[in-house]
Amino acid sequence: MSFFGFGQSADIDIVLNDAETRKKAEHKSEDGRKDKYFLFYDGETVSGKVNVTLKYPGKRLEHNGIKIEFVGQIELYYDRGNHHEFVSLVKDLARPGELTQSQTFDFEFTHVEKPYESYTGQNVKLRYFLRATVSRRLNDISKELDIVVHTLSTYPELNSSIKMEVGIEDCLHIEFEYNKSKYHLKDVIVGKIYFLLVRIKIRHMEIDIIKRETTGTGPNVYHENDTIAKYEIMDGAPVRGESIPIRLFLAGYEMTPTMRDINKKFSVRYYLNLVLIDEEERRYFKQQEITLWRKGDIVRKSMSHQAAIASQRFEGSSHPEKRAHTSPLCSECMCRDSAKTSA
Amino acid sequence: MSDPVVADTRRLNSKPQDLSDAYGPPSNFLEIDVYDPQIIGVGRGRYTTYEVRMRTNLPIFKLKDSCVRRRYSDFEWLKNELERDSKIVVPPLPGKALKRQLPFRGDEGLFEESFIEERRSGLEQFINRIAGHPLAQNERCLHMFLQEESIDRNYIPGKV
Repeated sequence: MSFFGFGQSADIDIVLNDAETRKKAEHKSEDGRKDKYFLFYDGETVSGKVNVTLKYPGKRLEHNGIKIEFVGQIELYYDRGNHHEFVSLVKDLARPGELTQSQTFDFEFTHVEKPYESYTGQNVKLRYFLRATVSRRLNDISKELDIVVHTLSTYPELNSSIKMEVGIEDCLHIEFEYNKSKYHLKDVIVGKIYFLLVRIKIRHMEIDIIKRETTGTGPNVYHENDTIAKYEIMDGAPVRGESIPIRLFLAGYEMTPTMRDINKKFSVRYYLNLVLIDEEERRYFKQQEITLWRKGDIVRKSMSHQAAIASQRFEGSSHPEKRAHTSPLCSECMCRDSAKTSA
Repeated sequence: MSDPVVADTRRLNSKPQDLSDAYGPPSNFLEIDVYDPQIIGVGRGRYTTYEVRMRTNLPIFKLKDSCVRRRYSDFEWLKNELERDSKIVVPPLPGKALKRQLPFRGDEGLFEESFIEERRSGLEQFINRIAGHPLAQNERCLHMFLQEESIDRNYIPGKV
């Protein structure tokens, strides 16, 4: 607030302690722009410093308290006024008083629970952010720092394949199979379509990945469908007994993990839609839900071990001269070959 | 659980295709020709009929090779029956050409050669599209249109 430009004001800046080392992740904003934000996981500590810089040095800044909050909230676009906060932590940095000079305050939110993944969709947004506030009598000064949270999972215990026989009586019978029902975001969908009966003239077949965002409850449920990908798997007319393979690499598409009934406010689910199109542009389709999950990145230690295994495949036993090396890699080759000759 | 170094992208097992299936005739053969326009009658009551010949190997059709004579109003009847009874979106017929039925035209009106050819082609497209639709193949009116000598307008509508 400034009386004819004479009042004191301040700029707030939030800086994380591990800003140098922490990874950033890209996240799409509401208007479609992609920005990079600091990446956090569930249980990680959020710590840093709040810098309050006075605009006019020398002048005092009176305030009613300085605090920092860590907020996780869900915002429904059709109900902007109400933010549903599912995480709300506060730390007081300064009691009501006055600042005579610019000051820095430390803060730490230890082992913060971040149960859901950050999500920006068509009708709903889930975000996490830090908000530092200098309270004043007439108007507060505040600053927000958005962060992105990813939820990780491990390989599921049970991951059965999807196998089904569908069709139209006496016209078209197919058996489709996908190798898993739960895929991670960089996985490959491997499957096949087997034609049992074909009495229509098919022109081509494709697989679409559909994302369905569901918001609202009870009678006000609203679904927003979005076709993420269309991938042609067959061009031409198949006959009985033919088997068409499917190989769809998910890493090329922008997708999020499956989110079911988040805080009872929204869901994001993914479906595979198998579509057959005949010569008259008629479409025959079968939709099947799949579960997507996020795999954690490989830790560095096992990375080098896997690189060693990969290079072993190329080394082989065709260059016996190379065994003169003393590197551990070649000695492993030697062990393998000696085992072979002894057999 | 150990992560695989390379993603498992092996194809799923499938039995090899039987050679008779691979090289045998396709079981979706359906061809309908609309040809040989003939002008029936004299004077003002004249009308054109077309030969509708269907060849198919689909089991749902009783006759694998049938030949009937139909006029434009028969096609209109079929379109109305299908629009009423089946849930499909019926493709459009070629125009009704009411203007051509008025007197004092410079040309032959409804019996102008180019017009008959245009109409014949439109009717052929229409009947091929409709007969290939799995839901239309269930309707009795379609079978009666394609395979019976004459259309009984007092028939009982239903599914085959």
